Amino acid sequence: MRLFSTSIGRKGVMAVTGLLMVLFVVGHLLGNLTVFKGPDGINAYAEGLHKLVPVVWGTRIVMGSALILHVYMSIQITLENWAANPKKYAVSRSLRATFSSKNMIWTGAAIGAFVIYHLAHFTFRVTPSDLMLGTDTMGRPDVYQMVVDSLSGAVIGGVYLVAMVALCLHLWHGIQSLFQTLGLSNAKLLPEYGLWGKVLSGIFLVGFGAIPAVILAGILK
Amino acid sequence: MSAQASGHGTMNIKLIVWRQAGPDKPGNFETYEAKGITPHHSFLEMLDVVNEDLIKQGKDPITFDHDCREGICGTCSAVVNGVPHGGQKRTTLCQLHMRKFKDGDSIYLEPWRARAFPIIRDLMVDRGALDRLIQAAGWISCHTGGVPDGNSTPIAKRDADYAMDAAECIGCGACVAACPNGAAMLFGGAKVAQYAALPQGQVEAPERVAAMIQAMAENGFGNCSNHYECQAACPKGIDVKFITRLNREFYKALVLDKVGATPPKKS
Repeated sequence: MRLFSTSIGRKGVMAVTGLLMVLFVVGHLLGNLTVFKGPDGINAYAEGLHKLVPVVWGTRIVMGSALILHVYMSIQITLENWAANPKKYAVSRSLRATFSSKNMIWTGAAIGAFVIYHLAHFTFRVTPSDLMLGTDTMGRPDVYQMVVDSLSGAVIGGVYLVAMVALCLHLWHGIQSLFQTLGLSNAKLLPEYGLWGKVLSGIFLVGFGAIPAVILAGILK
Repeated sequence: MSAQASGHGTMNIKLIVWRQAGPDKPGNFETYEAKGITPHHSFLEMLDVVNEDLIKQGKDPITFDHDCREGICGTCSAVVNGVPHGGQKRTTLCQLHMRKFKDGDSIYLEPWRARAFPIIRDLMVDRGALDRLIQAAGWISCHTGGVPDGNSTPIAKRDADYAMDAAECIGCGACVAACPNGAAMLFGGAKVAQYAALPQGQVEAPERVAAMIQAMAENGFGNCSNHYECQAACPKGIDVKFITRLNREFYKALVLDKVGATPPKKS
C-alpha cells in the first residue's frame, strides 16, 4: 500500500496511531484518578469498566494494533534516518531540536518496555511479586489494595515514576509533531500545538506520577 | 582602509578545518592560524586570507564553494561550530562577518554532512541531489512563446505572497545539513508549496508531490522528525509551514490515487 511505502504515508500512520494512544492515555488517566477516592472510587470504576466487555475488548484491539504499527514504523523510519545521516559533525549544536525530539526512539522504547511490564504486572499479574487481586468488602475486585500494596515498594513505584517521565518526554515533542505530520498545522497553530502538547504532557506526568508518589509517601494506604 | 585606520584591531583565529582529498579518501581535521583578520572581513574573505597563506607555503588551499558572495546564490556552504552558515539568523556564510568572532577564537569548519551530499573535497559537497529533486518535481507545464498579458491570470495577493515566501529558497542545502535525519523536507516542501499556491501549479499538483516524495527517497534523503532545525538554520528563514503544506498535499494526492503515478512528461 502507498500509505506504508512512502515517507509521509508512514509518518501519517505514526501520527494517527500516536493520536489514538494519546486519547487512550487521557482516558486511562481519568480512570486512574479514581484511586484518590479510595477503594470505593477505583474498585467501582474497575468493576463498571469490565462490565463493558465490547468497550474493553474494542479498546484492547485498537490500542494493540496502534501500538504495533507505531512501533514498527518508528523503527523502520529511525533506521532510515540514521542511514541518511551516517557521519555526525565533530561539533554539533542544536538550534531548535530538543532533548525530547532527539530521543523519541529511546523514550518510545522505554514506554514500550513499560507497557509490557505494566500489562504483565496489573493485567495478567505474572510478574514475580506476591501480587494478589482479592475482593473488597462489597465483593468487588479489590484493585485499590492491589495497586497500593504493589506501588508502595520503592523499586516498582520507582519504575512507574521513571516510565511517566519517559511518557512526558515522548509527548513533549510527539503531540505537536503529529499535527504537523498530518498537515493540520500552520505558522500560527504550530506554537499553540507545541504549548498545549507540553501542557498535556505535564498533566500526564503529574497525574500519573502522583499515584506512585503519593503511595510511596504513605499517604494512600 | 587598513585595520588600524578603521579603528579596529586585527585578530588571530584558530581554524580547525575538515580536509579530505577526494570523495572516497579518508578525511581529517587540520588546524590553521588565520592571522591579521579584521572585523570587516567576511567569513569567506578570512578563508581567502588563510588560503593565500597556504599557497605561499606550497600547501593545498582549503576547497570551499562560493559564488556571488552577496547572500543570494546559495553556493557557499560550511558548518561553522556545528551550525550551517554559522548560525547568524537569516545569513549565508558569505554574509557572516568576522566581527562576530573574537581574537583567539577557535572555529570548527566542516562540510555539509548527509548521505545525499557526498563530499567532493574539503568543504565542497555535491548538492546535485537537490537538482534531481527539481528535475523530478520542481517545474510546471506552460506554453512558451509570446509574453502573456499582464494580470491575465489573476493571483490573490495572499497566494502570491505565500508563494514568494516559499520561492525565497536559494537551494543552499543548509536545511539538509542541519537536519539530524539528512532530510530535504524543507527544500521539497518549499517547492511543492510554492506551486500548489499558484494557478500555474495546479495541473500537476498531485503528481508533483508524489514525485517529490519518491525523488527524496531515491536520492538518499531521510524522513522528517519535526525537529525544525531546518528552519532555524535556513539563511532565508523558510518556514516549516511549507513542510505541513507538503504533508497536506501528499494526503490529497493519496486520496486522489496519484501517489506512485508517473508525472506527465515534459514535451
